[in-house]
Amino acid sequence: MGNGPDIKDIQTIEHDVIVIGAGGAGLRAAIECSRQGLNTGLVCKSLLGKAHTVMAEGGMAAAMGNVDNRDGWKIHFRDTMRGGKFLNNWRMAELHAKEAPDRVRELEEWGAVFDRTKDGLISQRNFGGHRYPRLAHVGDRTGLELIRSLQDYGVHSGIHVHMECTALDLMKDGDRVCGALGYWRDTGRFVLFKSKAVILATGGIGKAWRITSNSWEYTGDGLAMAYLAGAELLDLEFTQFHPTGMVWPPSVRGVLVTEGVRGDGGILKNSEGKRFMFGYISPRFAPETADTEEEANRWLAGDKSARRPPELLTRDEVARAINAEVKAGRGSEHGGVYLDIASRLPAEVIRKKLPSMYHQFKELAEVDITKQPMEVGPTLHYHMGGILVDAESQMTTVPGLFAAGECGAGLHGANRLGGNSLSDLLVFGRRAGLGAAEYIKALPGSPAPVADQVQASMRRATDILNRDSGTNPFVIQDQLQDMMGKNVGIIRTKSELETAVGELEKFKSEADKVKAHATSQYNAGWHTALDLRNLLIASEAVAKAALTREESRGAHTREDFAGEREEWVKYNVIIKRGADGSMVVEKRERKPGPTPLVEIANSKIEDLEGGKVGADYK
Amino acid sequence: MAERTFKIWRGNKDGGEFVEYKVDVGPGWVVLDCIHRIQMQHSTDLACRWNCKAGKCGSCSMEINGKPRLGCMTRMNSLPEGTITVQPLKTFPVIKDLVTDVSWNFEQNKRIAPFKPRPRDADGHHRMKQEDVDRVQEFRKCIECFLCQDVCHVLRDHKAHDKFVGPRFMIRLASLEMHPLDTDDRVEKIRKEFGSGWCNITRCCTEVCPEHIGITDNGIIPLKERVVDRFYDPVAWFLGKVFGKK
Amino acid sequence: MSTSSTAIGGHQDTFAATLRSDRWWLGPTLTAAGLIAFFGYLTIRVFYAQYVWADPYMSPVVSPPLFTPAAGYKGAVPVNHAWLGAFPAWWPSFLPKSPGFFFPVLAIMFRATCYYYRKAYYRAFAASPPACGVRGVPLKYRGETALLIFQNLHRYALYGALFLLVFLWWDGLAAFFKNGRFGIGVGTILLLMNAFLLSCYTFGCHSWRHLIGGKLDCFSCDAQSRTRLGVWKKSTWFNVRHMQFAWLSLGWVALTDFYISMVSMGYIKDLNTW
Repeated sequence: MGNGPDIKDIQTIEHDVIVIGAGGAGLRAAIECSRQGLNTGLVCKSLLGKAHTVMAEGGMAAAMGNVDNRDGWKIHFRDTMRGGKFLNNWRMAELHAKEAPDRVRELEEWGAVFDRTKDGLISQRNFGGHRYPRLAHVGDRTGLELIRSLQDYGVHSGIHVHMECTALDLMKDGDRVCGALGYWRDTGRFVLFKSKAVILATGGIGKAWRITSNSWEYTGDGLAMAYLAGAELLDLEFTQFHPTGMVWPPSVRGVLVTEGVRGDGGILKNSEGKRFMFGYISPRFAPETADTEEEANRWLAGDKSARRPPELLTRDEVARAINAEVKAGRGSEHGGVYLDIASRLPAEVIRKKLPSMYHQFKELAEVDITKQPMEVGPTLHYHMGGILVDAESQMTTVPGLFAAGECGAGLHGANRLGGNSLSDLLVFGRRAGLGAAEYIKALPGSPAPVADQVQASMRRATDILNRDSGTNPFVIQDQLQDMMGKNVGIIRTKSELETAVGELEKFKSEADKVKAHATSQYNAGWHTALDLRNLLIASEAVAKAALTREESRGAHTREDFAGEREEWVKYNVIIKRGADGSMVVEKRERKPGPTPLVEIANSKIEDLEGGKVGADYK
Repeated sequence: MAERTFKIWRGNKDGGEFVEYKVDVGPGWVVLDCIHRIQMQHSTDLACRWNCKAGKCGSCSMEINGKPRLGCMTRMNSLPEGTITVQPLKTFPVIKDLVTDVSWNFEQNKRIAPFKPRPRDADGHHRMKQEDVDRVQEFRKCIECFLCQDVCHVLRDHKAHDKFVGPRFMIRLASLEMHPLDTDDRVEKIRKEFGSGWCNITRCCTEVCPEHIGITDNGIIPLKERVVDRFYDPVAWFLGKVFGKK
Repeated sequence: MSTSSTAIGGHQDTFAATLRSDRWWLGPTLTAAGLIAFFGYLTIRVFYAQYVWADPYMSPVVSPPLFTPAAGYKGAVPVNHAWLGAFPAWWPSFLPKSPGFFFPVLAIMFRATCYYYRKAYYRAFAASPPACGVRGVPLKYRGETALLIFQNLHRYALYGALFLLVFLWWDGLAAFFKNGRFGIGVGTILLLMNAFLLSCYTFGCHSWRHLIGGKLDCFSCDAQSRTRLGVWKKSTWFNVRHMQFAWLSLGWVALTDFYISMVSMGYIKDLNTW
């Protein structure tokens, strides 16, 4: 070979399975692997417990019926399908709705302390798109509770945690995945993980946009690594803009304001003081949404015959409404709208129910939310699309490679309901662990990494440090964020998307010349430079998928193709790497859903609850 | 835009120095914004941990003008005029620049016996009233920024890492000890292994906690009192001898 | 890259080393000054043992009196007000005959082992540490595991303080009656306020808060623990303000004693209804 260091000189760590990413999905997957008797390694870019899950606020959706006993898995399933505009994977939506309550109870068994009902059960709160109060929560810091519970349980279950270690590339032996090459962030040394299976739980791609609620880790690593390893990506055009992010001051623009504010009665107003959401109720949700303020208030007061306020429509609808108000010149001072909880609840209740929102605004924006309205606007929050996986096992199209959580795809369709993410992490994190265990059991022999792949991966990394001069990685990332915000935003058009695809080609050649100064020891510039490749692959996939889907559905809105198009619900947009290394986009026909599920999803709510539909289906 | 001067400690375990940087500060900026600007404009290899930039993950712990704080929650307009000094945490070994090796904390967490709940009720639920979990939820707000560990003089000045687990893990223990469902007994270990007696309740942990957890008054002192119940209460000891109660 | 001036991380390890730019020394200095002033005054008063009585007011510095000097002490508590009458003959002559040597010492023990005062004097006198992020005295540290292990007996001091509190309220109520006639004076108000503030301080005590409810893991499990929850919550209110009540009540004890001594000496004429 001769080029690059000998593979034998690299630190090698062997596990049955490695999980990349230690958010909710990664931790849950690792716990499951360990329970199945696998020697499990957990690799994460940050310290344990800092993953993006920690920022989830509102809660975890599970039809436990603790607050309203009319709830059940079928209604949760129906809500999920309707929220996802029927593009969800039927089986995943079913499994999710059925298994979420058990995952919540299991988490409690592992130490999570949820808010309680008067009877001492796990309390559940209202959220956008959920018919009944369904979100098990802890104030507005549910994600922290989830990750800490998993972390504290996990460290006692024999998982080997490799903190501050970034995965660079997946390693393959023939068709199969056989591990990953990574580097320790503190020293910059390479490490080769040998394993029989790999579970990706790396989250989304938020850092390709400037206004995002996501942290720096969200650079699409799992998507890009899976793509390069030959996996197929699904429906990446669906990028969820959370309707309420902070808009002022600039340094916190995009930071999330939980949907729980609206669930607890917060209302949206424009600069004229008008509660504008009543003007944006789409026909699909009109029968189940209040059309007067009076009715909305009755609902909030607990009147079971009243319909839900329009502020609790699904995220795509609310985000578009806010966008439209701002464009029409009725926005707030800094280009958002007003979210008012101060006039709706007593100050003490606000501080008790929304403590971290209270502090966030107080300390970062000098706004007292018990007295003043918040200024909010859409912020890039979540990717419904991701790596294509099997519904039961979470295996990707590459043998031995699994994906769970945000980097996997299918459950949420065209739009994710708030609260379905945390339950997604647990339901499919666990399933990925089970899937990997089953795969390994049936695996003949142990696959082994190939030296060429290891060396190529290392060379890519060290080149960045070794070249004499080059572009500043922070500057490229900054420009990329600008470009994506401008051309792949909430409202999209063909010409802008084509501009984006063209620009991305330029970014790619820029990124090939990127230079990081100084040594490899904890070098922020080098880390950012290495993440750029992944960001660019993921951004390109999003832009190309968005260009392909010629309709507006859920979180994907095309100005030039308004409204949902009936024929498009039959198709997924699949992206994979072609034989020549270029990105291939395919419009692939979906399999029709099983009849009973289709019936439940399309039923009138009265028919479903009255047992006229789906009563026999268990 | 106002120009501010920073003195940031640059170096690793072998040595280092304060380096001066000038930054044009925008409206509403926090210290972490300035550090990012320095990375982008002056020194791309400046090492600093961060994640959420909203005070929720506890990654960007550093010492700003000598005080342990989160970089993302320290607004520039809250700092007095003059040069701003930024240092890594003192209690833990420096890796590089503002990044320290906090792995000791993760080792401590492993030493604490996990939650051991009583069996569920017959209908599959665990029942706890909100008023029973309020205390525990306060402790569980902890974001593990380790600022309390950094400021605790038992660890910071006296390096008694082998004697005392530090405030963060005292409240972790408190959250288990006061959990209405937990059946494990940790009182003896709290005294002997986790070193409750090493805390002299000077309350700096509480002062620096970005989550405003009453670490001392609600966590450590109640644990010390539980230790007193068990080990230092002659009346309880006497009654125990007489009546044979545990 | 390294320079001689900076230690790793820029942290010096010498006494009082810090890069804090605020006036961190102000807190411990004021605390030290306050503790010296108030406890100094009260100690002098206990040893001086004169002018502690101005009918019907008894200074909290000597209350409740076990013995009282029969003669030779101006403004002493009348013999019929002491529990056991006059000081016995065996009382050592080198000690002043002060009733303050008996029960009032319980108050000192209570404050000395108090979880708030511990912070105050560990910071202000022991400099362990003087302030947050400031290097303390580089002496061997054992916390409260060695010599200071006696701090664990705070709850016994609490029992003493509760005992004392009963008599301080009694003193306040007794101050409504002069020679059997009901009335009220400035001293009455001072004594009642004294008992009130000491109650606020005592019922915010961490040991009290633990014993009455904090030790329970479940507040809602039976009727008795639900009652204790209510008491615990009230105690928590006082506990949050423990520092404020510690200083207020301390200052008030000194003020009350000072007032009574001034009346007893005749420098102040007590305004009253008698």
